[in-house]
Amino acid sequence: MPVSVLTPAQIAGELRSGMTVGIGGWGSRRKPMALVRAIAASDLSDLTIVSYGGPDVGLLIAAGKVRRLVTGFVTLDSIPLEPQFRLARQRGAIELTELDEGMIHWGLLAGAHRLPFLPMRAGRGSDVMRVNPQIRTVRSPYADGEEFAAVPALRLDVAIVHMNRADERGNGQYLGPDPYFDDLFCQAADRAFMSCERIVPTAELIAGGPVQSLLINRSMVSAVAETPNGAHFTSCVPDYGRDERFQAEYVAAAASPERWQQFRDTYLAGDETAYQEAVRQFSGDIASNAGAPA
Amino acid sequence: MTSGGATLAEICVVACAEAWRGDGAILASPMGIIPTLGARLAQLTFEPDLMLTDGEAVLLAPGENGGNDRRVTEGWMPFRQVFTTLAAGKRHIMMGASQLDRAGNQNISCIGDWARPKAQLIGVRGAPGNTVNHPVSYWVPRHSRRVFVELVDMVSGVGYARAAGLGPAIARFHELRVVVTNLAVLDFGGPDRGMRVRSVHPGVTVSDVADATGFVLAAPLRVPNTRLPTAAELRIIRTQLDPDGRRDSELA
Repeated sequence: MPVSVLTPAQIAGELRSGMTVGIGGWGSRRKPMALVRAIAASDLSDLTIVSYGGPDVGLLIAAGKVRRLVTGFVTLDSIPLEPQFRLARQRGAIELTELDEGMIHWGLLAGAHRLPFLPMRAGRGSDVMRVNPQIRTVRSPYADGEEFAAVPALRLDVAIVHMNRADERGNGQYLGPDPYFDDLFCQAADRAFMSCERIVPTAELIAGGPVQSLLINRSMVSAVAETPNGAHFTSCVPDYGRDERFQAEYVAAAASPERWQQFRDTYLAGDETAYQEAVRQFSGDIASNAGAPA
Repeated sequence: MTSGGATLAEICVVACAEAWRGDGAILASPMGIIPTLGARLAQLTFEPDLMLTDGEAVLLAPGENGGNDRRVTEGWMPFRQVFTTLAAGKRHIMMGASQLDRAGNQNISCIGDWARPKAQLIGVRGAPGNTVNHPVSYWVPRHSRRVFVELVDMVSGVGYARAAGLGPAIARFHELRVVVTNLAVLDFGGPDRGMRVRSVHPGVTVSDVADATGFVLAAPLRVPNTRLPTAAELRIIRTQLDPDGRRDSELA
């Protein structure tokens, strides 16, 4: 089936409540935030989210979309703890499958390879095994006879990832230092949706970076969306770094329900275009305040 | 506090650096400002083969001119490569710890009952896998009974008793090297591989350390002082690695 070019809202419309959704990026780095915002604004509910967690997790939790989270951490990097994740856990508002971060990698690899599990040393001896009684161990059939954690495959109904560049056919390119696990998320999923900073003609991809930067190929992806600044407020180098001031604003907004409501009204009430306009307003206010007398 | 001209932060930087002594060409993964300065100091002085990233995916070697010039990109270390490197045992991480017990179990996940924690923290991260695959050290900038507890609430990093309980296949790759705090350097040379005071920082007594620890800490009869930075080390810390004095903020 040919890959289509869709809007973030159209991509959210392809999801169903109760699905397992994998989100690419890492912490507060190159997260498909435009797609996350579209999901947060949708009628979807009861999602299971698999993520190297950052504000993607926080936003979806705050919007009441998450039934279960599968993760090894949730962090904003420059701000170590994610406020919405903390609140939800301390209220008992979400279910959690807490794994070693390498186990997430291994689970996605098993999922992508259509294997039921992969053996791993990580997890053994830690309370990851206590809080995940569903994880069994497996003994090597060879002479060593070693016992391992049998990390269950993480199969996803849907994956969402954000690239620097893509073409209309679903080839995607990252231009930053780390691919994270975005290709694996796509390959462990029945359907994957890729947003990007800019859709370019195929020939322009290789003009923009080495062939190794072409992380996503069109067999992995169902649809593409062009979402300039679509990873905001997470980093998307070299196009832009993390918006630290906006991230601090997001954290401050979690301090009370009233402030969160205000944040939602200001930034999340409209579509992606309205969000980007509100962000420009925020940056402009900062700039003009910086020039104002104290 | 100063001692021979060195501040507490500088003594801690050198104590952290010492954790990587003898490690050779492996990935040093320091978490925090003082451990990062320590690893870079080790790389610039007695452990030149250590590999260090920029905090993300780029491996940086010291620049020319004794490390005074801009650091040089020498390799690529994205997270997928970190995972393989750690499973191969070619890494020594110095992690933080919200809780740490006598056996060296570490918690960075949550405080209280895991099912509904009193305080949710970052999550176990890579601590379970790190501890059963390669050497691990810890950095605790505020040594207190809140951190050094009888039993941790959620075992993220695996301690000695648990690793030994899983048999030699797991225990062979398990090594907790040192715990560096604002009071002392500790190791796991106590009875049953329990935590022990290895050295105390200048001006700190063993009973100060014991008072700030929520379990019985082993201590040899004579506990030496933590070694002081050399003049050359102080010069590197102050002029090359941290001219803005970020090291002090971690102990504030």
